[in-house]
Amino acid sequence: MNNGIEIRWHGRGGQGAKTAALLLADVAFKTGQNVQGFPEYGPERMGAPITAYNRISDSKIRVHSNIYTPDYVVVVDETLLSSVDVTSGLKKNGAIIINTPKSREEIAEKLEEYSGRIYTVDARKISEETLGKNFPNSPMLAAIVAVSGVMDRNTFIKEMRASYQHKFAKKPEVIDGNMKALEMAYDIVWSAVEGDKMSLSA
Amino acid sequence: MAIKERMSGNEAVSYAIRQINPDVMPAFPITPSTEIPQMVSTYIANGEIDTEFIPVESEHSSMSAAIGAEAAGARSLTATSSAGLALMWEELLLAASNRLPIALALVNRTLSGPININCDHSDSMGARDTGWIQIYAENNQEAYDNFIQAYPIAEHESVHLPIMICQDGFITSHAVENIELIEDNYVKKFVGTYTPEEFLLNPSKPISVGPYSISSYAMEAKKNQEIALENAKAVILEVAKKFKKISGREYGLFEEYKTKDADYIMFIIGSAAGTAKQAVDELRTCGKKVGVLKLRVFRPFPAKEIANALKGCKAVAIMDRCESYNGNTGPLGSEVTSALFNNKVIIDTVNYIYGLAGRDFTVDETKAVFSELEDMVVNGKKIEQHKYIGLRK
Repeated sequence: MNNGIEIRWHGRGGQGAKTAALLLADVAFKTGQNVQGFPEYGPERMGAPITAYNRISDSKIRVHSNIYTPDYVVVVDETLLSSVDVTSGLKKNGAIIINTPKSREEIAEKLEEYSGRIYTVDARKISEETLGKNFPNSPMLAAIVAVSGVMDRNTFIKEMRASYQHKFAKKPEVIDGNMKALEMAYDIVWSAVEGDKMSLSA
Repeated sequence: MAIKERMSGNEAVSYAIRQINPDVMPAFPITPSTEIPQMVSTYIANGEIDTEFIPVESEHSSMSAAIGAEAAGARSLTATSSAGLALMWEELLLAASNRLPIALALVNRTLSGPININCDHSDSMGARDTGWIQIYAENNQEAYDNFIQAYPIAEHESVHLPIMICQDGFITSHAVENIELIEDNYVKKFVGTYTPEEFLLNPSKPISVGPYSISSYAMEAKKNQEIALENAKAVILEVAKKFKKISGREYGLFEEYKTKDADYIMFIIGSAAGTAKQAVDELRTCGKKVGVLKLRVFRPFPAKEIANALKGCKAVAIMDRCESYNGNTGPLGSEVTSALFNNKVIIDTVNYIYGLAGRDFTVDETKAVFSELEDMVVNGKKIEQHKYIGLRK
C-alpha cells in the first residue's frame, strides 16, 4: 500500500482487540482518511489468541489480504509474547506497543530479534484506576494513536468522546472513565515518543 | 449528494435493504451472513421499515417462504451462506423455474468439509446452474451498489428471475471500510414499487404456480427460462446505466483494469480483485504490461464479451476460489477456456486455485502469478494447469 500505515493487533478473545481496531478505523474515518478495520476470524473463544488489522491511508484502499509487514504492532496481552511471533514482519522503522507493567528494557530482552522502537503502557492499571475493571483496549487505542500520529491529541479526544457518547448512550456513566483512560494512556506514551525524538536528534 | 460513511459489507447490504423496504424477509442465521437478518430485524423493531420478518427453522424453509411470498405478489428476500445455501438447493431451482424475482444476499463461505467458517466461492459456484442471476462484489461499496440494482434487474419484464448478490465472507462482510451511500429517496425511486403482472393473491386473475408439466411442454418452459437469463445481460447493463445517474459509479458485466495494452491478464472474482489491482499498479511501475479482468456478472456468463476482452493478450491466469473436483479445472477455468475456444480466441491460460476456506491471497502471490505467465510465454516454461497457490509445503 502506498502512503498509508498498516497496524496489526494481537490480543485474546474477549479483551476487545477487534473492537479497538474497529474504533481506530472509525476515528480515523472521521478525520477524513481512508480506512480498513478487520479481524482475522477463526474458532474464536474467550482467551484464545486473536489478530485484528487496520489500514489507514490518504488514498483508496484496495488490498484485501492480511497484514504481514506492519508499520505498528499492538499487543493487548503480554502473555502472548511467549506464544505468538508478534514482531513477525514488523518494520524496523515502525514500533511495537505492549500492554505490560514492565519497562521497555525488560521487554526488549524478550524481543531480542527486534531492533525497532518498543513502547510499554500498563493498560490494566490505567483501566482499573479509571474504570474499576480491566478493559485494556481503550488505553491501547490511545497508545497506538500517540505512537503512529494518525491524528493529533485534540482531534482524537474530541472524536472519541462523540464515539463513546454514541456507543454508550445507554450507560453514560462509563464515558468519563473511558475518556480518562484514553487521556492517561495517550500522555504516558506520547512523552515516551517525544523522549525518543529528543534522544534521536541529540 | 453522496453520504460518506464507513461500515462493513454486512452493514452496507442491511442499509440497502432498509432503504428498499422489501415486503417479506424469511431468514435463518448462519455465519458470516447472520448480521444481515439481525440488522434488518433491528430496523423493523425500531419501526424504520415495515418488512414482514419470518424467523424460520432452516434455510430450506427460508427459501420456501420467500418463494411463497414472492408468488403471492410480495417483494421478498433472504440472506445466507455456505451450508445454508446448500440446504436451499431444491428451492433455488423452484424460485428460478417459477420465475420469481427473489433477492438473496449471499455472503460467500466455504462448504464443509473440513468444517470452516471462512471465505471461498464453493457455495455460490455450486449453485451456478440453478438458474439464478449471480453478481459478485469486490468490496462493501459494490455489495451495496449491487443490492440496490438487484430488484430492477430481477423484476424486469424480460427477466423475471431470482438474483444472488454475493460478497466475500469476513473479507468484506466483516471489514469496516469507507463507503458512499445514496440518499433514501433516490434509492426508493430507483428501485420503485413492485407491480407483478401475475400473482397468487389476485382474485381477478387466478393463476397456478408450480404445477406439473408434461414432457410435451416442460422443455419449452426450460428454454424460456434460458432466454430470460440471456435477456438479463442487456437489462443488467441498462440498470447499471441508470444507476450511474444516481451514484456516479460505473458498472458493467466485468471491469477491465489496465487490460487494454496488457500482455498478461488475471481473471478474477470478488475481494481478491482489489489485491490484484494493487499488484498490477506496482508491476506497471516496473514496466510490466499487466492487467486485471474482474468478473462482476457470473450468471448470465458473458462469454463473448470475455473472449473479446482477452483476445489481445498473451496469457491469462484464470483464478478460481473454488475447486470443482473434476480433475481438470475450477468452475471459472472451464467456463473461461470454453468461452475462448468457442470464440476462436487461442491464447495460453493457466487455471489457479487460491484462497480456499479463507486461505489468504496477497499482492506478492499475484505478482508471482504474473511472473509465471511471463516465464511460460517468453521462456517456454511448462506450467502445470490447475495449479494451487499458497499451499503448505
